Amino acid sequence: MSTRLRTRASVAAGRLTAWFSRTARLGRGGVIGGRVTLRLDPKALRRLGRDRTVVIVTGTNGKTTTSLMLTRALEALAEVAHNGDGANMPDGLVAALAAAPEAPYAVLEVDETYVPWVAEQVQPAALVLLNLSRDQLDRVGEVRMMERDLRAAFAGLSRTVVVANCDDVLVTSAASAAARPVWVGTGRRWSGDSVSCPRCGGAITHTDREWRCAVCAFARPEATWTLDGDLVHTPGGRQVDLDLRLPGEANRANAALALAAAHCVGVPPHTAAARLRTITDIGGRYRTIRRTRHSVRLMLAKNPAGWAETLRVLDEDTPVVVAVNAHEADGRDLSWLWDVHFERLRGRQVVVAGERSADLAVRLCYAEVPHWSAPDPVSAIDTLPPGGVELVANYTAFRDLVDRLPDV
Amino acid sequence: MSDSTVGIGLLLPEVLGTYGDSGNAQVLCKRLQWRGYDAEVVPVSLDSEVPSTLDLYLLGGGEDMAQVLAADFLRDSAGLRSAANAGRPVFGVCAGLQILGTRFRGVDGVDHAGLGLLDLVTGPSQQRAVAELIVEPNLLDTPLTGFENHQGSSVLGPGSAPLGRVVRGTGNGDGTEGAVTDHVVGTYLHGPALARNPELADLLLSWVLGHALKPLDLTEVETLRSERLAARRAR
Repeated sequence: MSTRLRTRASVAAGRLTAWFSRTARLGRGGVIGGRVTLRLDPKALRRLGRDRTVVIVTGTNGKTTTSLMLTRALEALAEVAHNGDGANMPDGLVAALAAAPEAPYAVLEVDETYVPWVAEQVQPAALVLLNLSRDQLDRVGEVRMMERDLRAAFAGLSRTVVVANCDDVLVTSAASAAARPVWVGTGRRWSGDSVSCPRCGGAITHTDREWRCAVCAFARPEATWTLDGDLVHTPGGRQVDLDLRLPGEANRANAALALAAAHCVGVPPHTAAARLRTITDIGGRYRTIRRTRHSVRLMLAKNPAGWAETLRVLDEDTPVVVAVNAHEADGRDLSWLWDVHFERLRGRQVVVAGERSADLAVRLCYAEVPHWSAPDPVSAIDTLPPGGVELVANYTAFRDLVDRLPDV
Repeated sequence: MSDSTVGIGLLLPEVLGTYGDSGNAQVLCKRLQWRGYDAEVVPVSLDSEVPSTLDLYLLGGGEDMAQVLAADFLRDSAGLRSAANAGRPVFGVCAGLQILGTRFRGVDGVDHAGLGLLDLVTGPSQQRAVAELIVEPNLLDTPLTGFENHQGSSVLGPGSAPLGRVVRGTGNGDGTEGAVTDHVVGTYLHGPALARNPELADLLLSWVLGHALKPLDLTEVETLRSERLAARRAR
């Protein structure tokens, strides 16, 4: 069997499996279908990615949002294959590419740990590295080890433009190894994981917009794209007003990186920005669900950096339900709850929910935030007086909620 | 800080804070304040000296390079050593435990000197231990629970006793867990350990105050403890 035919046959087998999985209500189908394809043809990802312009999006937070932004932007050019379901490991990538075989472009959100392998397979035109911070301590391991793996991978990608957030010290360290880095200044937010230099261990000092290592020469490179409030300054000296429908500074940073990456692939910044404004929710995140007595805004926060952003966008005086699980996809270790400044919830009504609501309750107890507990997140909403509710959940808790709360 | 305020030293939170370790300081501080004592958390960073005048010292977990950086800094610190010699409690978790020992070998294969406040040598183990850890302690009546995530195998010398015996998980690697010499305590338990184990928190505080403390009645903490201990039986 020729190699092309083999890929086609494996893709067909994968699709059949995906159809079966959906029909039998075993799952959404994508991942298992991709797994079958990859098992039958280990080079499937390489072949499916060949002859297309591929953009990879990776980082600890904002992958799904930024890859949706890039997809919308690149759709100005032609059809785009995209793993919008968030299935960001090889099986999911294969499934997404197989689902849009004719699309000349592909935007792939990729789990950080798989980036070296995936990038080697698909040789992306561009790769966006958003941020690197602690996440799922038990599973991914040390964030600095991750940075070193990415650094080594980028050194081998001679044709890839690496679009990187130069206000993140670890991101900068990894992306500096790229042949063609494009630096985007997004402003400094979370720096809890970059106090010591990833190159020499020395102390990193931050001043205004700059940062540098006090020991070695490692320092913030000059940004060619800069986010300033709601404006993005482009290398061509133009200003683009973002005016996003999504809340928060983190999403503006994601948008600035998306504009820079879209520009690398040939989409003018103003065109891209206009298309970003059509995005109102990301797989249910930021969506407001109207129920009989409550209108519930859904938000995802799964690590301290994500929570730091979320605490900023929570509506004043609106009651909050926080749901926490600790499945493998969430990370089994909940120590990170103590790196979240939950003290900021004081003065609101707070309900703790999720399979590990007991861990959260202890954290809130020591934060002196009065709360009550209702382990089922949907029932937790119903314990609150009628009106608005901010519901913040981590990964699997969020996924379950999106499935359970019908969008009416 | 007045003389009557209990100063809780949080050592190098910028490099030894991987596992929510500042939580241990917060727990101790609140448990004192809720009982009517003045207490405050004093973070000590890499650009300052470790004061010898604090009442209790905490070292958290850190990644490999951070651990070496912290050990280099603390080895040169006379403040921590003299406070420990004066009987002030020192509590180290994970990387903190290894730094308190006499020597540890990093993933780089290089041996680094520790502080020698515990009689403990740590080398790399074959497999990374990543799981819930349950320990039957020597100094306390109820089991300790926490989460461990390390690739260290620690061997105690005669100068330290284990904190306890492993019921579930890996701990030091030979069935023992942690190390204790006088008022210096090290453990692989995080979660943070003192949030999950109020008796251990109050033991450290009793050493600071010189007398035992009546337990605090915190429903949330009891619920979490019974849930974590029940999770052991479910397996």
